[in-house]
Amino acid sequence: MKYQIDERGFYGDFGGAYIPEMLFPNVEELRKNYIQISESKSFQKEFQSLLKDYVGRPTPLYFAERLSEKYNTKIYLKREDLCHTGAHKVNNTIGQILLAQSLGKNRIIAETGAGQHGVATATVCALMGIKCIVYMGALDIQRQAPNVARMKMLGAEVRAAQSGSKTLKDATNEAIRDWINNPVDTHYIIGSVVGPHPYPDMVARFQSVISAETQVQLLEKENRDYPDHVIACVGGGSNAAGLYYHFLENPRVNIIAVEAAGKGIDSGESAATSALGKEGIIHGSKTLLMQTPDGQITEPYSISAGLDYPGVGPMHAHLFRSKRAEFISIPDQEAMDWGLTLSQMEGIIPAIETAHAFAALDVRKFSPEEIIVFNFSGRGDKDLDTYINHFRL
Amino acid sequence: MNRIDKTFQKKQKLLSIYFSAGHPELQDTLPILQALQDSGVDMVEIGLPFSDPLADGPTIQESSTRALNNGMTTEKLFDQLENVRENIHIPMILMGYFNPVMQFGIERFCQKCKAIGIDGLIIPDLPVDIYHHEYKVLFDKYNLYNMFLITPQTSEERIRFIDSVSNGFIYMVSSASVTGAKSNFGNTQEDYFRRVANMQLKTPQLVGFGISNAETYMKAIRYSQGAIIGSAFIQFLEKNTITAIPEFIKTIR
Repeated sequence: MKYQIDERGFYGDFGGAYIPEMLFPNVEELRKNYIQISESKSFQKEFQSLLKDYVGRPTPLYFAERLSEKYNTKIYLKREDLCHTGAHKVNNTIGQILLAQSLGKNRIIAETGAGQHGVATATVCALMGIKCIVYMGALDIQRQAPNVARMKMLGAEVRAAQSGSKTLKDATNEAIRDWINNPVDTHYIIGSVVGPHPYPDMVARFQSVISAETQVQLLEKENRDYPDHVIACVGGGSNAAGLYYHFLENPRVNIIAVEAAGKGIDSGESAATSALGKEGIIHGSKTLLMQTPDGQITEPYSISAGLDYPGVGPMHAHLFRSKRAEFISIPDQEAMDWGLTLSQMEGIIPAIETAHAFAALDVRKFSPEEIIVFNFSGRGDKDLDTYINHFRL
Repeated sequence: MNRIDKTFQKKQKLLSIYFSAGHPELQDTLPILQALQDSGVDMVEIGLPFSDPLADGPTIQESSTRALNNGMTTEKLFDQLENVRENIHIPMILMGYFNPVMQFGIERFCQKCKAIGIDGLIIPDLPVDIYHHEYKVLFDKYNLYNMFLITPQTSEERIRFIDSVSNGFIYMVSSASVTGAKSNFGNTQEDYFRRVANMQLKTPQLVGFGISNAETYMKAIRYSQGAIIGSAFIQFLEKNTITAIPEFIKTIR
C-alpha cells in the first residue's frame, strides 16, 4: 500500500480536483509547476534560508522528562510552537509565498478559522510586500479579536464571510469565489492539507520539514532515525501531515491521529470527522466529511477553533480507511485538562489543538522503551481567553 | 432524440431560465415550471440546493439556503417532479453540486432523472476529465446529457477537447466571475464571444452568468445560440408573484 499521493492526485480513494471549470487554469498552473519550482535549487536556497533565519528552524526536539516519567515511556515534543507566529502554519505560508512569486502573482488570498493561518499568511505577505486579503467567518471575527488585530497590524485586509454558517468552511468558500473572480493575478494560500489537488500534497511537502528534522534529531539523541509512535492532532491535518510525512512508508512507525470530539461523538456537537464523516466532496477534494444524508455539509464543533473543520485532508482519510493510522477522538474537557497538565509539568502552555494530541497518553498504553514523538504544533497565547473562562483563572 | 437537441434544431436563439428548487417556497417548483413554459421560455435549469455552492454569487447562495431551510432535499425534488412530463414539454436540466448527487447514489440519481424525463445535468464541480473517466458510461446508459462550462480563461485546446466530448450544449460562462456578478458586458466579453464563435464548434453554446436584462441578453445571443438567466430571475421572484413571470420574460425578449 502506498500512502503518498499518486500521479492522478489521489491518496487511495481520496483527493483529486473536483473544481468548477472557472478554477481550472489556476489549479492546473499550480499542478504543472509546484514540484518543479519547489524542488529547484534557487527556491530551496531561499526557502531553507527563511526557515532558518526568519522562522527559527530547526525547532527543538525536546525530551519531556517529567511527562515521560509519569507515563513510563519516552516522550519527545517537536516544538513547532517555537516557530515565528507561534505555530507550524508558517512553514507552509513561506513555501507558498515563494511559489506565488515564481508564478508572477501579486495578490494573495487566504481563509482562516481561528486566525492562525491568517496571521501566518499576513506575515509572509508583509515580509514580501505583497497585497493580502484574508477571508474569515463573521462569527469567527467576533470570537478571535486579537488575531484579527494582528492581521490588520501586519497590513492585511480581513474580509468577513457572511454566507452560510459564517465560520471556516464559509470563509473557504468565499476565498474560492474570490479566486474565481480574480483568475490571473491572484494566488490562494490554503492553510491545510485540504482543497483540490495539488494543495494537499503541496502543503504536506512544505510541512514535511517537521519530520525531516525529527529524523536527524532522533538519530542524534536515540541513535535511530525513527520513533515508535508519531502523534498529532488533526483538524484539516497539516501539522499531522508534516509529522507523519517521512514515516508514512516506514511500517515500524505507528501513526496516531487525534481528532476533536467536542462535547462527545454522539452529542451533535463534534468535529470527529473519521467517526462521523462519510465520503463526499468538500472544497474540491474527495474525502471524509460531516454531512446530512442529503449531502449538505454540516457545521462541526470543537472548543478549539483550529480543529472544527467538517472535513479532513484526503491523506488522512486514506490513512484512516487503510488502517495505516489509528484515529482517536478527545472531548473538550480532556483537552482542556491537558492544557493545564502540559503547562504545569513541562512549563509550556499549548494551543488547545495541540493539547488534544496528548490525551492519547490516557487512551493508549506505551511501554518504557518506546519512543513517542508528539507534534507540539502551537503555543497557547491565542487561547488564553478560553483557558481563563474554562478554569476561572 | 434528446429534447435539448430537438430544441436547438427548431430554434435559432434560445432563452433558458435557472431557478433554485424550493425557493421562494417549497411547493413553487411546478407552478414556476408551468409559468416559464407558458411564457415561451425554451429550456429550464432546476437548481438542486447545496449548503456550499462555491461557484455562485450571493443571490443564488441565498436562494439555495432558503430552499434548504424550507426543507428541500434531492428526494423531495424528485417527488415533486414525478409527473411533471404530463404538462411540461420543454427540456429540463438539473443543475447542482456533486456532493448531494453522490450521497443520493449516482446511478440511482440517473435512474430517477430518466424516469422523470430530465434531459441533462450541469454539475459545475464534476470536471470534464473525471466525468469522462468515471461517469460517462453511466450517464450514457440513462441517455442523460452532461453539459460542461468554458470561461474566458479556458484555452483553445481545452475548448476543443470539451467540444469533442460534449453533447447538448456548452455552457459559456460570460466572464471570470461567480454567478450574478456583472451588470453589463464590455469589449472583453464581446471579444471572447466572437473568438469562441469563430472556432466553429460542433456543440451549440449558451451564454450564462451576468445576463440580467434585454441588453445583456441581446449581446450574449449575437455570437451564440442562446443565453441563460439565473440570478436576475431569482431576484424577480423574491419581489413578485409567480403569476408575474410572463412580464419578466417579456422584458428580456
